This record gives sequence, structure tokens and C-alpha cells, in this order.
Amino acid sequence: MIQIIVFALISIAGFGVFGYNIWKVRSNILLGRDIDRKGNSSERWKTMFLVAFGQQKMFSRPIPALLHLAIYVAFIITQIELIEIIADGLSGNHRMFYFALGGFYTFMISFIEVLSLLALIATFVFLARRNLLKLPRLNMKELMGWPKKDANLILIMEIVLVTCIFTMNTTDEILYRIGGSHVEHASGSFGFLISNCIADMLMPMFADGYPTSALELLERIGWWGHIAMVFAFLNYLPYSKHFHIVLAFPNTYFSNLEKKGKFTNMEVVTNEVKLMLDPSADPFAAPADPNATPQRFGAKDVQDLTWKNLLDAYTCTECGRCTSSCPANQTGKLLSPRKIMMDTRDRLVEVGENVRQHGKDYDDGKSLFSYISEEEVWACTSCNACVDECPVNIDPLSIIIDLRRYLVMEESKMPTELTGMLTNIENNGAPWQFSPSDRLNWAKED
Amino acid sequence: MSLNVPTMAEMMANGETPDVLFWVGCAGSFDDRAKKITKALVKILNHCNVKFAVLGTEESCTGDPAKRAGNEFTFQMQAMMNIQVLNGYEVKKIVTACPHCFNTLKNEYPELGGNYEVVHHTQLIQDLINTGKLALEGKQTYKGKKITFHDPCYLGRANDVYEAPRSLIEKLDAELVEMKRCKTKGLCCGAGGAQMFKEAEKGNKEINVERTEDALETNAGIIATGCPFCNTMMTDGVKNFNKEGEIKVLDVAELIANAAEL
Repeated sequence: MIQIIVFALISIAGFGVFGYNIWKVRSNILLGRDIDRKGNSSERWKTMFLVAFGQQKMFSRPIPALLHLAIYVAFIITQIELIEIIADGLSGNHRMFYFALGGFYTFMISFIEVLSLLALIATFVFLARRNLLKLPRLNMKELMGWPKKDANLILIMEIVLVTCIFTMNTTDEILYRIGGSHVEHASGSFGFLISNCIADMLMPMFADGYPTSALELLERIGWWGHIAMVFAFLNYLPYSKHFHIVLAFPNTYFSNLEKKGKFTNMEVVTNEVKLMLDPSADPFAAPADPNATPQRFGAKDVQDLTWKNLLDAYTCTECGRCTSSCPANQTGKLLSPRKIMMDTRDRLVEVGENVRQHGKDYDDGKSLFSYISEEEVWACTSCNACVDECPVNIDPLSIIIDLRRYLVMEESKMPTELTGMLTNIENNGAPWQFSPSDRLNWAKED
Repeated sequence: MSLNVPTMAEMMANGETPDVLFWVGCAGSFDDRAKKITKALVKILNHCNVKFAVLGTEESCTGDPAKRAGNEFTFQMQAMMNIQVLNGYEVKKIVTACPHCFNTLKNEYPELGGNYEVVHHTQLIQDLINTGKLALEGKQTYKGKKITFHDPCYLGRANDVYEAPRSLIEKLDAELVEMKRCKTKGLCCGAGGAQMFKEAEKGNKEINVERTEDALETNAGIIATGCPFCNTMMTDGVKNFNKEGEIKVLDVAELIANAAEL
């Protein structure tokens, strides 16, 4: 009975704190400007199914894709065992689904064990790629410090989780064989594929009348360890880059379905330009809403970005495919699209805390430009390689362009050559200093 | 052969309507290298008796570099003035040899009131060949030559046009060799996003040099492009390796015009 109460309390706390953190993340994301990503739901579901569920874009790099797939599938399938653990925990039963599902149960747990083993191998390979092989994209300077620890911590948690599953299943198998199982009194075997093999190897140790108490303790450590790790993991997610396991799904659903070359149209500007071009326009005809706060041109801080940009930032798992494909980054420039996403998220977390503690209008004297330098913003060629690479359809380019818009339209800050280029366009309709009357000269030249 | 380049104004005065407007673009109008691409395309259009016209002095920058540089005001001013001209002439279809103009006209003008069918010149030429208006059978100019194609970002990734330029190179009976990074994974030449008009930020290499290395690895004698800015960047890249004697950088339209002996 005490076990049930303890379990129930841990579960309520675990899910409760997770719920609170989700609410915090959601309210942070909603600090962003609105953008319409509703229509065309069949295309959206399809994108989510292929890109998030089917991991379509991962497979342009097959080795990490296969390793990642092992962990991903293991994670999804293990949820079935997790449901049993929760059901057992709340009802005080042991392996509730065993009799109900019969042979299918054996198959299912065996399947989970095989996937868990593959996931375990993948986890070790991932640790090696980060810490021994030192893959360039996993060892860039924006990852030093906390992001690197975060990545390793997640991998270690996964190892603990899988170890708990095997400890639980193996000790349970041995207990069953020597007649000490909680499932039934007669001795028998679960016959789960991998724990059965481990039990075979360990059985000689328990051959004659070995006390079952140590085994039971180990089994309980495995069981409680597993569920404790699950709740720890769940509540670590919102603070970690690993949150992509949840947000990849909404993020791909709300993908940009337009051609990548199409940049957003700024309607505020359209209205101004129409007034400028139309001599008969009456600027006083439709008075602006006196209560409306004027929208900033471009983005100075996270509130000027769209909620999709902010969702992107929380979804980023810092894999660095964007940065490794970025032409500016490859040629030694400061720009890293991954860093743009990480900076946006870190600033958003900071602004979110400020809003909750000091109210909506609090100014901490900082902005996105406290994190992202102008040099980074101007190094972008807008080639869309980062957008194309992202396995969960994050768009760093639209953030970069909104930062440029702020610099140019609010601060008039840009590289001097661009000032000249813009003046040329305004004066003579070309980015170079040529007379518009010479535009057709090529037709008469040899 | 002299070029026949009617303007919209002339056509209008004669009571004629062209089938397609050729949007020349700033590079195609003013840049000496890009003007050759413009002329190659006009030769093809003339040869195939395509009823086209240009805006001539009524054309102005689409606003693309202003928009990519973050100046939405300048972009929309340009866009709305151009749309007034285009709608005034009741333009339905536009062809352009510049992927930046192509992208802006096709994707960013509709929301400002400019709705046209916009095609890249490689798509139009492909159509001319497919409908039998342009024949390349038996032409030997590039037969068996190794040609690699550099995907312009604003044609490829930005608008998913990968096949039209490649199908044209195949029509030349040439050997199309792909760079290790091509199509969706193609590397930028370094000119996009208004970079063409400014110095690059501090780094350890120029992007066009990095991209030219990809092209040199293929051992192709010709680097084909479909963008006047990529053309400039790749030409400079080839010069950087002192290979301008061996390797030519040509637009797909130039390849076709040369092969067809126009």
C-alpha cells in the first residue's frame, strides 16, 4: 500500500511539474508575433508524418540517421512497457499485461529488449562521436560549456534507463525460474529474448537455494530506477535541447509550405508605400487604432519574431547540420545558423522569466543583439542551405532577415557598400550606378 | 546577325501583344559579362520566332537585393512601380535569365498585386526544344565535352528547379558531371542575400573559391550556370586558380546558342 501511495505521489509530482514547465514554454512561445500557419492541413499532416514521424530528412546522412532511428524507435515502443509500469505502480500488481496478452506479451517485451540493446549501442556510438572522434559539427565553439554537458547528460540518462530495463527483466526472469516470482508461484520462464540469455549465463550462481531477497531488491531497483529516470527525463526535457522529441511534431506540422525563396511580405510597409505612391491617397482617411502599439520593423528582440521562430528555437536539438552546410560558416565566417537558434532560445528563456517576474513591459536593457552580433547577421548569403538541411524544418534564415530588417529600417546600420547599393536602386533603379536611360544599350552593342 | 529586340512600348504602338515579356534584369542590362547571356537568349528567341518584348528603359530593379539586405521599403517601392508598368501592359507571362528576378517576380510580387506566369530561361528553352521549335540534333559543338552545372540557390533550393538546366546540357550530347554537392545540397557561389554588393565578412576563404574547388574536382572543361551572379563568382573563382585558359564558365543559354550556331 505504501508503495502505491509513494508511486502515486511521484507520478502526480512528475506529471505536474512537467505540465507547469510546458505551460511556461508555451507562454514564452506565445510572446512572439502572430503568423498564419493554419490552412492546408492535409499537406501539414503529411509533412509531419514524413519529416517528424518518418525522419525523412535525417537520411541524407545515413550513419547518424540509423543510429538515431534505433534510439527513436526504442523510445516509442518502450512507452508500452511504461504504461504497464504505471498501471502496476498504481494498482500494486506485477506485470499486469502478462496474463492478459499471453504470447504477444513475450513478443512485445522481447521486441523492446532488442530495440533497447540497439539503442544502447547507438548511445555509446553517439558518446564516442561527441567525445572521442570529436566530429567537427559536434565540437564547435557555440557548444562549449553547458550545451556539451546537456548532450552528454541526455546520453548517460538513456544508458541508465536501458540498464534499468535489463536489470528489471533479468532479475525477474531468474526469480521466475527459481519459483520466487510475483507473477505466479510455480516456477517458469518469461522467455524474453535478451534477458533470457543473460539469465542463462547468470543461472549457475542461483542454482541451489539462493536467497531471493537480493534478487527482489535488484528487481525493485530496476523497476523504481526506470520510472524515476522517466520522470527525471520528462522534467529535464523543457530545460534541454532534447525537447525536440516532443516539439519536432508540432514544429513540422507548422512548417513553411511556401517556396523557400519567398520572403515574408511586410504589410505595415505596404500600407506606407501605397500612400507614398498614390497622390490621391488621403493619409487621414482611415485613422489608425489609437490603442495599437506600432509594430517594429524587423526584429530587435524575441517578441518581434513570430511564434513559429520561437517554436523553432525550442525545437532545435543543436545537431549542427545547418551550420555544417552553411557556406559562410564553411569559409570561416562568424555566422552559425545553429548559434542563431540557440541564442534566440536562450534570450527567449530570459525574456520569459523577466515577463513572469516583472511584467510585460519590463526592459532589462538587453536584446537579441546582446547575443547575436551584426557581423553574423551580415555574413548570410540567404542560400537556404540551413533551412533545407534541418531535419525538423527549422528556419534560421527568417530570423536573420528580420534582424537585418531591424538594423536597416530602424537603425540605418549596415555595411557601407550596401548603403550605396540601396541609394543606387532608389535613384537609378539598379544596384549599380548606371543611368536608367542606358538600360537597353546592350541591344545595340556588338 | 543583328538582334531583334522589340520593346513593350513599340509593340503596344503597333497594336501587338507579345506572348512573353523578357525581363532582362540589372545584371543582364548593365554587366558586360551578363549582357552576353542576354544576347544569347535573344538569339534563341529570335531564331525560334518567339513573339517577345522587353521593357527597355521602363524596366527597373525588382528590388531583390534591397529585400535581402533588409530594406523592405525600397523593395516595395520598386515592386509597386514595376507592377504598375507590368499591369499597365497587361503582361501575362515573363521569362528571365536571372534567378533572383525570377524568384522575386514569381513569389514576392503576387502579394503586392503582380500576378504573372514566371519562367526561368532554361525552362523556356526546354519548352522550345520539346515543342520542336529549336533543334539541336547532330550539333557537334559540345559533343562528349565534360560539363558540370552549378545550381543557383534562387533557382534550385529556393524554387525547386533542378531538371530544366540539366536536361538542356544533356541535349548538347555532352557529358554532364555532377559536383559532390549538387541540387538540394548545392553550395552557394557566395553572391546571394546582397553579398554581391559588399565585401565578405572576415573568414579564412572566399565562398566562390570553395565552390570552384568543387567544380575543379569534376575535371569538367565547362562550368555551366543559370545566373549572372553565379557566373561572375565562378569566373572569379576559376581565375583564382589561374585556370581561365582551360575552364570556361558559361550560361546554359550561351551553350545552347553556341551549339545551335546562332
